[in-house]
Amino acid sequence: MAYADTLPPRRKFGQTTRPDAWWVQPLFVFLGFSAFIVYSTWAAFHPLYHGACAYWYGGLHGENGGADYLSPFYSPEFWGTSPHALFGVAPSWWPAFLPAFSPAFLILWIPGGFRFTCYYYRGAYYKAFWADPINCAVGEPRKTFLGERSFPLIIQNVHRYFLYLALVFVVLLSYDAFLGMWFTDALGKKHFGIGVGTIIMVLNAVFIGLYTCGCHSLRHLVGGFLDSKTKAPSCAKTYNCVTCLNTRHMLWAWISLFWVGFTDVYIRLCATGVIHDFVFFKF
Amino acid sequence: MNKTVTFRIWRTDSNGGGKLVDYTTEITEGLVVLDVIHKIQATQANDLACRWNCKAGKCGSCSAEVNGMPKLMCMTRMDTLNTDKPITIEPMRAFPSIRDLATDVSWNFRVKTKIKKFKPRPPDAPDGTWRMQQEDVDRVQEFRKCIECFLCQDVCHVLRDHHKHEEFIGPRFLVYTAALEMHPLDTEDRLPELKQSQGIGFCNITKCCTKVCPEHITITDNAIIPLKERVVDEYYDPLGWLWKKIRPQG
Repeated sequence: MAYADTLPPRRKFGQTTRPDAWWVQPLFVFLGFSAFIVYSTWAAFHPLYHGACAYWYGGLHGENGGADYLSPFYSPEFWGTSPHALFGVAPSWWPAFLPAFSPAFLILWIPGGFRFTCYYYRGAYYKAFWADPINCAVGEPRKTFLGERSFPLIIQNVHRYFLYLALVFVVLLSYDAFLGMWFTDALGKKHFGIGVGTIIMVLNAVFIGLYTCGCHSLRHLVGGFLDSKTKAPSCAKTYNCVTCLNTRHMLWAWISLFWVGFTDVYIRLCATGVIHDFVFFKF
Repeated sequence: MNKTVTFRIWRTDSNGGGKLVDYTTEITEGLVVLDVIHKIQATQANDLACRWNCKAGKCGSCSAEVNGMPKLMCMTRMDTLNTDKPITIEPMRAFPSIRDLATDVSWNFRVKTKIKKFKPRPPDAPDGTWRMQQEDVDRVQEFRKCIECFLCQDVCHVLRDHHKHEEFIGPRFLVYTAALEMHPLDTEDRLPELKQSQGIGFCNITKCCTKVCPEHITITDNAIIPLKERVVDEYYDPLGWLWKKIRPQG
């Protein structure tokens, strides 16, 4: 007799003797991730609002002493209509059959891929979106299970490569936050200052930095691969720092996810004139 | 304060099946679930089978499912449960039933024999001893806390729901492998087996094993994911291969 035949029969989907509301956690994760995916997709396809550049706030409002805020969904901006654009307005090679070009198309796959392959997110969306399992000790909808050892989920092993790119993004977002401290007057002169948007952008860079630097792959690469860390003291110290962040990886994953969306919303609302950025001071 | 509580306990029948049977009993302050099981065994169901030993959360014998979640009965205080509703007590579902709450966990011991043993480097001193820094063994000492209650194996859906016992060793033995693989003296290579016959790729990081561990071992983050990363180093990272080729040896 096969060993599996000696085991208790599989439970049906959702079958459990847990009396608690086990479905609440995956439901909230599902709603949270879905809301972000829907909003970020919409935001990526809508860079323009009544002819104004909705992902950037500053230059067009420069006569009002506007700041220099760039949405994190559009940074770095290779092609676009803001002064941040590195190579002009729009790429000539962009195929006509695709939707109108948006700078977000070229870069969102990097933070998206980093989060999609993140060890925390994997566990969370396997539960919330694929019900595999929907929660601990609750029956599943499918009998077959391949795990991450064969296609397609074997691709999750690419996570460390997204990490390398995500670390570059932390630097870029920090630079954007620095640019957000400079306000342009009517004469085009730059003034250092702090507005609400500046604080939002700084916090965005900090939260994404804390999430990225707590990555499990980074923890392995900086020292986790060593069995004797005392032979490499600098690796040991870095490993301990990353471990410290890693213990709160889920927290930083959620905070940074919410905040990056909120940063885009704030800059979009400023750029489209719906709200006005409050400036605490500028010199 | 005394209170009358209903316990819904899994009882096997002679056909190999079973059903939940209600027992109502009075509980007092300070009891754990195992105390109540013993009381029911003594007063209402003398033939109720239940495995236990230390009653201190260290032998790992009294593993069961209390209200659907794998727990040690001896460490589950009654005041942590809602006693207004019946409390369900079942055997672990990832292993064959023997009788009532007792399960046959011998599969775990067979799995353990297949994992490559500790293979230390040559001794550091002429007297045949080794030298290690405490900091180097701190990481693996967490894994040594395991009491082999197999609650993590029970909650793991790869074993519990998908019955991959032939292809996956489960969280307990990934922790065991991590303790050996990350040991500063060990020289054995267990990565080929981890990837192939021991099926580390089946783990999809649900962290249920970490959630139920009575010793609070951070199974997923500290054992399984680091092992997955070592497997990535060896089999899925072309830049890593290149680095190994060109890095200075020493």
